[in-house]
Amino acid sequence: MNIFAITGSVTLDALRETGRMAVFAGRGAIASILGPFYWRAFFSSLIRIGFTSLPVVGLTAVFTGAALALNIYDGSLRFNAETFLPQILGVSIVRELGPVLAALMVAGRCSSAMAAEIGTMRVTEQIDAMSTLAVDPFKYLIAPRIIATTLALPILVLIADIIGVYGGYLVAVYGLDFSGPVFIRNISEFLQNRDVVSGLFKAGVFGFLIAVMGCYYGYRSRGGAQGVGAATRTAVVAAAVSILASNYIMTSFLVEF
Amino acid sequence: MSETSHTIAVRGLHKGFENNQVLRGVDIDVDKGRSLVIIGGSGSGKSVLLKCIIGLMRADRGTVEVDGRDIARHTDSDRRYMTQRTGMLFQGSALFDSLKVWENIAFRLLNADRKSRKEARDKAIDCLAQVGLSPEIGDLHPAALSGGMQKRVSLARAIASDPEILFFDEPTTGLDPIMSDVINNLIVERVKALGASAISITHDMASARKIADEVAMLYQGRIIWRGKPEDLERSGNPMVDQFVHGRAEGPIKMALRRS
Ligand SMILES: Nc1ncnc2c1ncn2[C@@H]1O[C@H](COP(=O)(O)OP(=O)(O)OP(=O)(O)O)[C@@H](O)[C@H]1O
Ligand SMILES: [Mg+2]
Repeated sequence: MNIFAITGSVTLDALRETGRMAVFAGRGAIASILGPFYWRAFFSSLIRIGFTSLPVVGLTAVFTGAALALNIYDGSLRFNAETFLPQILGVSIVRELGPVLAALMVAGRCSSAMAAEIGTMRVTEQIDAMSTLAVDPFKYLIAPRIIATTLALPILVLIADIIGVYGGYLVAVYGLDFSGPVFIRNISEFLQNRDVVSGLFKAGVFGFLIAVMGCYYGYRSRGGAQGVGAATRTAVVAAAVSILASNYIMTSFLVEF
Repeated sequence: MSETSHTIAVRGLHKGFENNQVLRGVDIDVDKGRSLVIIGGSGSGKSVLLKCIIGLMRADRGTVEVDGRDIARHTDSDRRYMTQRTGMLFQGSALFDSLKVWENIAFRLLNADRKSRKEARDKAIDCLAQVGLSPEIGDLHPAALSGGMQKRVSLARAIASDPEILFFDEPTTGLDPIMSDVINNLIVERVKALGASAISITHDMASARKIADEVAMLYQGRIIWRGKPEDLERSGNPMVDQFVHGRAEGPIKMALRRS
């Protein structure tokens, strides 16, 4: 095969895959908005995705906040701007690191789990069985996961923001001799609503992407354990890449306002 | 049209997978309250045929009419039309492993018909009894059951909402002879007492004789013989003969390498 044919077929495959994914995301979104809703499935997803992700998200946030404080201090010393540490720390965490890191951690935990669960159901014909029982798998399996993740991520990110800033606070106050009350005042006077809200908005989008990638690759998996394994791997990578790419796109719009 | 008097009428059904043509023009029909058994070699496409009829796979060509409505185009409303009135037992049981046994059986009652959990559970326990399982089994998860028990739970799930059309993919495979007969009786009773129509697949000739009003043999993608179960012995068809008597020698050649 010549190089043009290979490039062409690779491009076409990628486009086809993207199209399928978009159709899937659309169907998932519609199923999430229109009923019927399966509350049990929704709450169990919410617990599994939101609640059980708290420890890992909290740990990530506290260590990142702490390390960030050290780096900001060290860097800003070079031009005697170290008093701005709280402000810089706050903005970085709330607008960028909180949403992105929390989303990446949740993607690692949950996209893979969703792909494995739904993939296993696919290859053991449980999804087929569900449709013969007059229950739409999009409504029963996919919509609850999409809604749960889209709602859980902003909450997780809000918590990550607070814990992340607290990590920075610990380092600044106990390691770098900042005054605690001043640190808090600086950060809370400086941060604007839109800093926080833009981060939470991004978090919602990331949540949607995590669920769509996990469900999409699971739903399409074929051919037994190996197929499910491949789906799991691809889902995590696709979720992470789409989080990072959409983060750049959203940020470039959000900073305009 | 005479077609409309059949509950299910399949005409010229074709289905292939890449370079493997499985069905090459299947014609079958089932009347209301009748039970059709499909026999045929392993890999001859029986499960694929069932999935095309119920709408889990899209046929390449041909029509599937259910109560006069062609559902082979496989639209969402076609599939809804079909799933509203059918129950299917999958060859591999396909139980939901995240749910308890009784929630499996009552899945449709709980999630499609929106019955209360109490009512659904009572119905599920009742169905468990019909397939010879005790109520305690209802609180286990499917992974804790033996293969034959899973099959019976799957059967209970297929009949729990009293569907008009039943599909059974090897309902008695993996069961002991006594339990097989219990299941056969149950299928017969469903069809006779409730007036349902049924298509079953089986390799078990005793079971076929018991549950069939009519038997059809699928071979090389077509129905090569149809007749009453009594006529299986004297079908005059060498392929059916070989199959019924389970002989390795005959017109049907298994792809084996002789050393
Ligand atoms: N999803 C699929 N993709 C590709 N090929 C398939 C698929 N499903 C079935 N086939 C092929 O179709 C043929 C018929 O399969 P089917 O499962 O219908 O056999 P069967 O008659 O039910 O056999 P058995 O009695 O062993 O259950 C087989 O050759 C199988 O490889
Ligand atoms: Mg089969």
